Amino acid sequence: MVLVLALGDLHIPHRAPHLPAKFKSMLVPGKIQHIICTGNLCIKEIHDYLKTLCPDLHITRGEYDEDPRYPETKTLTIGQFKLGICHGHQVIPWGDLDALAMLQRQLDVDILVTGHTHQFTAYKHEAGVVINPGSATGAFSSTTYDVNPSFVLMDIDGLRVVVYVYELIDGEVKVDKIDFKKTTTTN
Amino acid sequence: MYASLSQLKSVELRFDRETSKMKMMIANGIEDEEKWLAEGIAGIQHNAFYLHRALDSNNLREALKYSAQLLSELRTSRLSPHKYYELYMRAFDELRRLEMFFKDEDRHGCSVVDLYELVQHAGNILPRLYLLCTVGSVYIKSKEAPAKDVLKDLVEMCRGVQNPIRGLFLRSYLAQVSRDKLPDIGSEYEGEGDTVMDAVEFVLQNFIEMNKLWVRMQHQGPLREKEKLEKERGELRDLVGKNLHVLSQIEGVDLEIYKETVLPRVLEQVVNCKDELAQYYLMDCIIQVFPDEYHLQTLETLLAACPQLQPTGDLKTVLSQLMERLSNYAASSPEVLPEFLHVEAFAKLSNAIGKVVEAQVDMPIVGAISLYVSLLTFTLRVHPDRLDYVDQVLGACVKKLSGKPKLEDSKATKQVVALLSAPLDKYDDIVTALTLSNYPRVMDHLDAGTNKVMAMVIIRSIMKNKTFVSTFDKVEVLFELIKGLIKDLDGISHDELDEEDFNEEQNSVACLMHMLYNEDPEEMLQIIRTVWKHVMVGGPTRLPFTVPPLVFSALKLVRRLQSQDGDIAGEEVPATPRNIFQLLNQIIEALWVVPSPELALRLYLQCAEAANDCDLEPVAYEFFTQAFVLYEEEVADSKAQVTAIHLIIGTLQRMNVFGVENRDTLTHKATGYSAKLLKKPDQCRAVYACSHLFWVDDQDGIKDGERVLLCLKRSLRIANAAQQMANVTRGSSGPVTLFVEILNKYLYFFEKGNPQITSSVIQGLIELIKTEMQSDNTTPDHASDAFFTSTLRYIQFQKQKGGAMGEKYDPIKL
Repeated sequence: MVLVLALGDLHIPHRAPHLPAKFKSMLVPGKIQHIICTGNLCIKEIHDYLKTLCPDLHITRGEYDEDPRYPETKTLTIGQFKLGICHGHQVIPWGDLDALAMLQRQLDVDILVTGHTHQFTAYKHEAGVVINPGSATGAFSSTTYDVNPSFVLMDIDGLRVVVYVYELIDGEVKVDKIDFKKTTTTN
Repeated sequence: MYASLSQLKSVELRFDRETSKMKMMIANGIEDEEKWLAEGIAGIQHNAFYLHRALDSNNLREALKYSAQLLSELRTSRLSPHKYYELYMRAFDELRRLEMFFKDEDRHGCSVVDLYELVQHAGNILPRLYLLCTVGSVYIKSKEAPAKDVLKDLVEMCRGVQNPIRGLFLRSYLAQVSRDKLPDIGSEYEGEGDTVMDAVEFVLQNFIEMNKLWVRMQHQGPLREKEKLEKERGELRDLVGKNLHVLSQIEGVDLEIYKETVLPRVLEQVVNCKDELAQYYLMDCIIQVFPDEYHLQTLETLLAACPQLQPTGDLKTVLSQLMERLSNYAASSPEVLPEFLHVEAFAKLSNAIGKVVEAQVDMPIVGAISLYVSLLTFTLRVHPDRLDYVDQVLGACVKKLSGKPKLEDSKATKQVVALLSAPLDKYDDIVTALTLSNYPRVMDHLDAGTNKVMAMVIIRSIMKNKTFVSTFDKVEVLFELIKGLIKDLDGISHDELDEEDFNEEQNSVACLMHMLYNEDPEEMLQIIRTVWKHVMVGGPTRLPFTVPPLVFSALKLVRRLQSQDGDIAGEEVPATPRNIFQLLNQIIEALWVVPSPELALRLYLQCAEAANDCDLEPVAYEFFTQAFVLYEEEVADSKAQVTAIHLIIGTLQRMNVFGVENRDTLTHKATGYSAKLLKKPDQCRAVYACSHLFWVDDQDGIKDGERVLLCLKRSLRIANAAQQMANVTRGSSGPVTLFVEILNKYLYFFEKGNPQITSSVIQGLIELIKTEMQSDNTTPDHASDAFFTSTLRYIQFQKQKGGAMGEKYDPIKL
């Protein structure tokens, strides 16, 4: 069992002052093995904070990120799964699943984690799974109205990944989960 | 048990030898103190031995003789208080045995009255008085005379010993033996003539005499020994203080008696003795020992004594102690709060402190401020609802600070920060504290650096409390207070600052902006305007931090108002999207001077989208124009251009407000710039991204299949050119990735039903790619191969889907 935290689009301090308190108290150092961040933190303090939760931090560049050195895309392997990360402002039309599927084929990954729209989605298609963890702070988005703060926790176990999505709705944390199974092992 | 006579004699002899030896060493100074103590103890033990023998044989005469001799050891002048105490304790133990003997008339056959007379025949006054006190204890217990008479006699007789150390211990002995024999209410010694007032009188007398002796010690030695004397006096202070403790324990001393008799008499002594050490110790004792309820009711009297005390003493601690006790009292018993108001505790304390600060002109500023901090703490705990009191304290502080240059003393500065932080910790709605009229005035007296520290404290408090600042005048006050962070004040230029600190400050200000909110749009707009007024002068270093949060605040407001159209009658500058966009334009424009073209471009695009959602075509068009101007003129870095053009394309793709003409102009510009990017692969990608500008999946969206195809063909040409360039420069073709990407785009529009994209077109492209990959010139690339493979796999998958999609894909052969 490998726990992977996926989050992004915090937009601190441009659009939000901090993570919601209920999220902050749930995210405890030492429990998570990897962090995948789609970008738009935006400042170093948030980077450092994420590092305290887990030193294995993978991050891609969002268009408001202060640090210019984050890559546009990143791929990594966790257990039997190949994961790809991309903020998503580069994929036009924004939020279009077919366009994202193309990126997934290009990166050749089982799970593509992407952001930009601030809306949680978890979608299975021919090439694999696309997950958008939404905005961890519920930041304002020009594309999505009424954004609830959300993040995703993936439990990777063999050929199976359970995707837990945590959403803060009206002050309460609601959890949902989706199961995905891989049919073939990674070469 | 009993030594033989010869053994006794040898002890005696030995002792006499030792004594003469000791006498010779007297001249050798203070180290001999140990020896003198040992000598004294030996003397006591020697006489005790005989005393015990006399007691065992009920020999009163002998007992008196040896006890007097024993007590003579206490006549020494050679010991410091610490050592004298050891000697005293030994004597004390022996006197206990003696008292038991005295008590039992059957053993010695002497009546207590006669005994009282008999002991007065002892040769020296000190032993005589110790014996007298001992008998006196028995006398009172026997009840053959009223307690008050015996006590009175004893307390006055003790005047015979005027030496400070000896006198203090003697009177301490008197206090100890009389303790349980005072004619208190409900005691067995209370009677016809014996009342609690007599008990009080006795203890007061003893206290006063003891204090006099104690003070006299200070003048006993030469001036150069002042420190040593003070230390020795310190060792004895509890003997004096004990009397106050006894007074507090007397049951019959109620508030009335305390107020009318005890406190005035004690304070009289405290003031009149004019001794700093005594005064401050005793004031502290009074405060600690008597109940808080009494202090509250005698506040005026207690405080009136303060200015009369020696000015060199630590009055602040005394007052702080008092205020702290009263604060705790109020906190633990909320029902007494009305009493606090009734006795006007705050006014009295405030006046007293004012008088002290005025009178002690030499008091360093840190002293005065810490007094105010104590008073403020008191006020916040006891009268938190009385903001006028809180403001008064701040006002008194301002008065003290005015006329002086800005504080430089770091201790004083710390105290001022403590003063200003106290209300922030106390009140949930921090802005309550901030709107106190004297609050900014106190802040003005801080130097620029500390001012900023305080501003950060304020921001942190607001963030921690999670309360929103909800009116524009409160925002005005707040931003005035934190002006040190918002702009360059005289004296400190940004260059001197550590970059990390500066960033932290500015990010704090940015976070703060999210705490400014009002549901009413008019008020919210006012708030935004107020903030802008303050941050606009921040200069190029601050604007990149402060502009974005303000812009997003405004965009959130626009979204709230989206349903509204036109102007609201009767308002000066009504909150309408149009007006807000005007303001947004102004705000973002300020970034040009930084310069922050990339940030400004992004914000313009955000505004364009918002204007689109409000159906304001010209406004949206204007924002795009601004974005393009920045792109053309300011965004120079090629990587930045790539990101920027994609943002423009992505935003434009979502626009549905534009009429044909405007849309065409903008798409033409976008595709034009896409084709002009520095690197060919970037050009290729941007151009095929533009294809989406001509196809929007919405119901009413544009679906211009021809122009989509044109774009894709154009990107194909660019990809070809890129291949050829790679041939020329490197001698072999670059990866076929671009072609695969374009193929995927073809598939996208193929699936969407673009009639211009047929299965044969796709087939052609697939063949082209295969050819390219197999060509000798091409460098094999794992990534492109995998991409092509997965694309083909996708096509296969679609073919196998069946239904309409399967049919569509059927002609394509892999």
